[in-house]
Amino acid sequence: MVASAGIPMYDIPFLTAGGGIGSFVTLDYLRIYGVPTSQMRVVSNIDHPWQTYEFLTRCSQIPRSERIRSDSSSRPDNLWGFPSYALEEAWKDKNPAYLWQLLTEPLLNDYWTPRAGTVFENLEREAKRIGYWDMLVKGQVRMVRRRSGGGYFTVVTPPEGAAPTKRIVFRSRFVHIAVGYPGLKFLPDLQEFRTKYSDYQHVVNAYEPHEQVYEFLKTRPGTVVIRGGGIVASRVLQRLFDDRERLGLKTQIIHIFRTFVTGSHGPHIWARRKGGDGWAYQGFNYPKSVWGGQLKAEMRKLEGADRAKKYKEMGGTNTPYRRRWQEQMRAGRSGGYYHAVQGTVDRVERAPDGRLVSYVRSSDGIVREPVADYIIDCTGLEADIAEHRVFADLLTYGGAGRNPVGRLDVERHFEVKGTASGDGALYASGSATLGGYFPGVDTFLGLQIAAQEIADDLARRGFVRKMGPLRSTSQWFKWVFNSPV
Amino acid sequence: MVPTLIGRIQTRLFLLATVGVVITLLVMPVVPGAAGPLGDLYVTGLLVLVAVGVLGVGWELLYHFLMQFRWEKDWPTLFGLLTLVPEGLLLYFLLRSGAVGFIDPIPPAAFWTHFTVVWVSMWLVANGPMRVPFIRWRFRGGRVL
Ligand SMILES: Cc1cc2nc3c(=O)[nH]c(=O)nc-3n(C[C@H](O)[C@H](O)[C@H](O)COP(=O)(O)OP(=O)(O)OC[C@H]3O[C@@H](n4cnc5c(N)ncnc54)[C@H](O)[C@@H]3O)c2cc1C
Repeated sequence: MVASAGIPMYDIPFLTAGGGIGSFVTLDYLRIYGVPTSQMRVVSNIDHPWQTYEFLTRCSQIPRSERIRSDSSSRPDNLWGFPSYALEEAWKDKNPAYLWQLLTEPLLNDYWTPRAGTVFENLEREAKRIGYWDMLVKGQVRMVRRRSGGGYFTVVTPPEGAAPTKRIVFRSRFVHIAVGYPGLKFLPDLQEFRTKYSDYQHVVNAYEPHEQVYEFLKTRPGTVVIRGGGIVASRVLQRLFDDRERLGLKTQIIHIFRTFVTGSHGPHIWARRKGGDGWAYQGFNYPKSVWGGQLKAEMRKLEGADRAKKYKEMGGTNTPYRRRWQEQMRAGRSGGYYHAVQGTVDRVERAPDGRLVSYVRSSDGIVREPVADYIIDCTGLEADIAEHRVFADLLTYGGAGRNPVGRLDVERHFEVKGTASGDGALYASGSATLGGYFPGVDTFLGLQIAAQEIADDLARRGFVRKMGPLRSTSQWFKWVFNSPV
Repeated sequence: MVPTLIGRIQTRLFLLATVGVVITLLVMPVVPGAAGPLGDLYVTGLLVLVAVGVLGVGWELLYHFLMQFRWEKDWPTLFGLLTLVPEGLLLYFLLRSGAVGFIDPIPPAAFWTHFTVVWVSMWLVANGPMRVPFIRWRFRGGRVL
C-alpha cells in the first residue's frame, strides 16, 4: 500500500526516533554491543544529540560554564561511567579539590556535578567515535505503525527540499522512541494571562528564552515573581542574585511556593526528606538509590496502585541543597529583597501602569497582591503525553496504554506494552515513560539504564550479541583511546 | 554504586576473593613486623580475608539497617572508606584475644598494613574500575550474580 502510494520506503532493522540524549545513549550502547551503523538510523529534527538539552539548560540559566544537576558518574558519553567526570575535570583543570569534594559528597560538601560544557564536549567526541552522523536522518517523525508482516513502519516528513516526496517511510523490525518532553506546560493562571493580554514578554516560562527579563532589570530597579520550587527556580534565583551582586542592581524578588516546605517531611523516620524555607532538598530529581539501589529494586516489583503510591511517596518537586544558593537566599532574606511566600495564585492581571498583579491566596487565608514587572514560571515541563502526535497515535491505533501515573506503559525492559508486532518490538525511554518499573527515566543515567535493558532485550532476540566482561573491557579501552568501536 | 543488602554482601565477597587475594599475595612479603616463612604469612593473610568476609556479613546487615535512616537509601562513598576503622578494630581485638583460634597471632603493624591496603584497594575498585567489566553491576545494587 505504501509503495503503491509512491512514497519511498527504506529498510532499516533498528530505528530510533528523537535524536536527543535518549536516542544517543541507546545507539551508543548498541554500537558498543556490536551493531554496525548500516543497521541503524536515528530520525531527528535536531543536528546533534545535546541540542535540545543545551537549549533548555541555557534558558534555565545553565550555560556551558555552569554545573548541571546530575553527578560525576552519570556520563551519557561513557556507558561505564568510569572515569567519571570528576576525574576528568580534576585532571584537566589540575584541581584535586574536585576529588576531595567527590570523596566527601554529600556529607561535608555538595554533590560534585560536571560543567555543562564538559558534558557537551564529551558527547561530541563519543558521537564522532560511534559514527553518529552516519546514522542521522533529518526529519519529523509523524507516526509509528505496526506492520501486518511484523515490525513497524515509521512515517517521516523530511525537511523541505531534502527529499523528492513530502513523506518517507522506514520499515523496521525494531523501533525506539525517545522524543523527550511532549511540550511545555504553563500554570493555568499564567496561560490565561498570556492569552488574554497576548503578552508573551512579561510572563515567561523559564524553559523559554527570557533574557529580556535580566536585561530589563539592568536598566532600572524592578520586581520579579518566581513560581515553583524546583531546581530551575534555584537557578533563576541564582542568576538574579548574581546579577544583583555583580552589577549592583536593586531587584526585588517574590517567590511563590504552592507547597511551602518548612522542615524535614515524610511519613516516618525511615522516609523523611530534608527541607526548609519553602524547599524540599534532594541531590537529584529522585532519591539516589532509584538508579541502582534499594528503591530501584523495590519499584521493579510493584504494580498498579502500589506503584503509583510509591511514586507519590518519593516524588514531589525538589532542589539540591547547595551552599552557595543557601548563602544567597540568606543574604536576600536579611537584606529584605527576597521574600518567599506560600500561596496559590487565583489570577494574574495587568495594573493600570502595565505591571503585573498576582492574586495570591495563602493556606492561612491571607490574600496578597504582589505587583511585579515580570513573572517567571519555573514549574513543569511536563505536558500530557497525548500532546505529542506520535504518542497520541500509538495510544489510539498502536495498542499502547497508560501506566499507573498516566504516562506510556512500558515493560521492565522498556518495550511499550501492547505494541508487539510479529518478531519486532517497540521501545520507549525518557520522560514519557515515567511511572514504570523504573522511576529515574528522565535523566542521563536513567536513559542509559533503559538503553542497557533495551540492548540486552535485543540480544535475547538475537539482534546483537550480549556483552560480557571481556568484551566490555576491550570496548572500554577503545573508549579510552578514542578508537572506533 | 548504591547497594542493596544482597548486593553489598556479594560485592564484598567478590572483591575479597579477587582484589583481596591479589593484594594479599603482593603485600604479605613486605608487611612490616612479620616474621616466619612466607607460606605461613600467606595463610594468615588469606585467613584474615576469610574473617573479613564472615564478619562482614554481619557488618553489612548493620550498614543496611543504618542506611534505612537515610531518605535516599544511599551509602556515600566516604562511608565505604571509613567503615575500615570499626571493622579493623573489631577484627584486630578478636585476633588479639585469641577468639579466632585458627588464625596465628599476627603483629599489629603487619595486621594493619595488610588490612588497610586491602581495604583501600577494594574501595577504589568498587568506586570505578569494577564498572568496566561488569556493566550491569551498578544498576543492580552491587549484585554480581
Ligand atoms: C533544564 C533541564 C536540565 C536537566 N538537567 C539534567 C541533569 O543535570 N542531569 C540529568 O541526568 N538529566 C537532566 N535533565 C533531564 C534529561 O536527562 C534531559 O532532558 C535529556 O535531554 C532527556 O533526553 P531525551 O532524549 O528524553 O530528550 P531530548 O534530549 O529532549 O531529545 C528528544 C528530541 O526528540 C526530538 N523530537 C521530538 N518529537 C520528534 C519527532 N516527532 N520527530 C523527530 N524528532 C522529534 C526533539 O526535538 C528533541 O530534540 C534535565 C532536563 C532539563 C529540561
